[in-house]
Amino acid sequence: MADFHIRLDGVTKTYGSLRVVDNLRLDIIRGEFLSLLGPSGSGKTTILMMLAGFQDASEGTIYVDGNMINDIPSHKRNMGVVFQSYALFPHMSVAQNVAFPLKMRGFGRSDIRERVERALDMVQLSTMKDRKPSQLSGGQQQRVALARALVFEPGVVLMDEPLGALDKQLREQMQLDIRELHARLGLTIVFVTHDQSEALTMSDRIAVFNKGRIEQIDTPRMIYDHPATRFVAEFIGETNLMEGEIAGREGDEAMVRLSDGCMMRVRARDGLERGAKVLVTIRPEKVELSDPPAAANSFPVTVSDTIYQGDHFRVQLQGAGQRFIARRDRRAAEWPQGARLHATFAADDCWVIAP
Amino acid sequence: MRPGKLIPAVFGLLAVSFLLLPLLVILPLAFTSSLFLIYPIPSFSLRWFDVLVTNPVWRAAIVNSLIIGIGTTILSTVLGGLASLGLREKLRFVSAPLSTLFLLPMVVPAVVLGVGLQILYARFGLSSTYLGMIIAHTVIAIPLVMVSVTNSLQGMDSRLELAAASLGAGPAATLLHVTLPLAMPGILTGAVLAFAVSLDEVVLNIFLAGPGQRTIARQMFAELRDNISPAIAAAAFLFIAGTIVLMALVLLMRRRVGGTAS
Repeated sequence: MADFHIRLDGVTKTYGSLRVVDNLRLDIIRGEFLSLLGPSGSGKTTILMMLAGFQDASEGTIYVDGNMINDIPSHKRNMGVVFQSYALFPHMSVAQNVAFPLKMRGFGRSDIRERVERALDMVQLSTMKDRKPSQLSGGQQQRVALARALVFEPGVVLMDEPLGALDKQLREQMQLDIRELHARLGLTIVFVTHDQSEALTMSDRIAVFNKGRIEQIDTPRMIYDHPATRFVAEFIGETNLMEGEIAGREGDEAMVRLSDGCMMRVRARDGLERGAKVLVTIRPEKVELSDPPAAANSFPVTVSDTIYQGDHFRVQLQGAGQRFIARRDRRAAEWPQGARLHATFAADDCWVIAP
Repeated sequence: MRPGKLIPAVFGLLAVSFLLLPLLVILPLAFTSSLFLIYPIPSFSLRWFDVLVTNPVWRAAIVNSLIIGIGTTILSTVLGGLASLGLREKLRFVSAPLSTLFLLPMVVPAVVLGVGLQILYARFGLSSTYLGMIIAHTVIAIPLVMVSVTNSLQGMDSRLELAAASLGAGPAATLLHVTLPLAMPGILTGAVLAFAVSLDEVVLNIFLAGPGQRTIARQMFAELRDNISPAIAAAAFLFIAGTIVLMALVLLMRRRVGGTAS
């Protein structure tokens, strides 16, 4: 049985008539890296603010270790918070910034020095300890913020788009660093991001938010391969969507009649009644392209464009009355615009969701 | 230099001259040996500074200015600073009217304020007291403190205070270790402005002070009316030099505190 560290029960946040977070139920497992992923305005940051105690929940209860914490002020919650803007104290040196939470907790002088040293070592910034934050680069500042949020050994670390202000290369390095820190320290981390690839890279679980509600919460793999809703399928990575209805079942496969009349085999799921309207999703990298048709689930398509993307080609296709995207390796260069091919969708790679 | 740069430069020079020339004309007169405020200066002398410190009337005026000025600085910086902090809380129908109310003394004519306070003080026995003068100057100094403190608070990232709270600092510790140090440039500027305003003030002093609370500015004003002695120029010199030193101090401290803040 999972050990729940934090539980949000019926948590709602309203601003006037706007429900930013809507009756949320969320259990956060001890030691997990949970990403709250969603577009801006989906309520993910508001949840973090309520966890940190910066904002009050309009309704509902937040439990940590089984104790309700709604009325506990921020400074007694013992949670580390990392902000996108770093929020380092500009009038203090790097070492003083990291020492701040220890000073507030009344640690002894030598103890503080030792712990600050260790925390700065952990983020490889020991040599910078006497500098002011303004003398550091963005990535270094974020590492100081990380050290400051970890140095007092909080049980939970909340991160609000901490890598959003960094450039791509640095961001990817920091993603790996934070992932490694998480594994080493066994922390519970709640990580807010709108970057789906970041969430996929770092998380044990991802909660996908839309309009103040969770659309799906699961492992990155399940979220990507088996999205629960159209929103999730479209928000995480790219996908092809085809409308149709269930025409029948055969063992662990189901038949879908697409809107143009073609039949398609898909992986069956429970609760798919004959006649139910469905959406079939298939990821671009699972679309097989060939000149002669393959055995089953093959449809004639026309290449409308081929775009070079470095490590792959993005092939835009027209067929079955709609557009498709396929992701192919370098051989795709052989297909000129207007080439007639067959697209094949393996039944196992076709996932069915409610429209 | 191209005309596009020349014209603003000339204009700037004229504006600065307009502001500084009157001072440059009067200041050398502080060092005259003559009995009158006239050029050319017969010879260099410090006799009028000597008058300032030896003449009991001037000496008392200097001491009074310092007492009232320091009292005003402390009281108005504390009150104005607290008001600025409090008014960050945006309560509907409360914050905006309150902040306007606090800034009102800036636009109320000093004469009106003087008459009003005179009547009020007569009732409370504050007429002709140091406390009365300090309170009166505090009323006109608070808006200056508030404007400058509010300014520096607004320039502060509010997430810093959230960060402090998340790191275990309660409201008092956050104020002490984060908010106040970061607002310090504004607080210092406000304090210096408050001191300068108190030093400079004449009208309220005429209305509210007794002979025991005559300040330098008031004494200068009085002297101007009967005998125009170079002691006024010497007092003005002290005034200006003092203000410049204070401002330089503030600039220095701002650089130390705020230099890395931006």
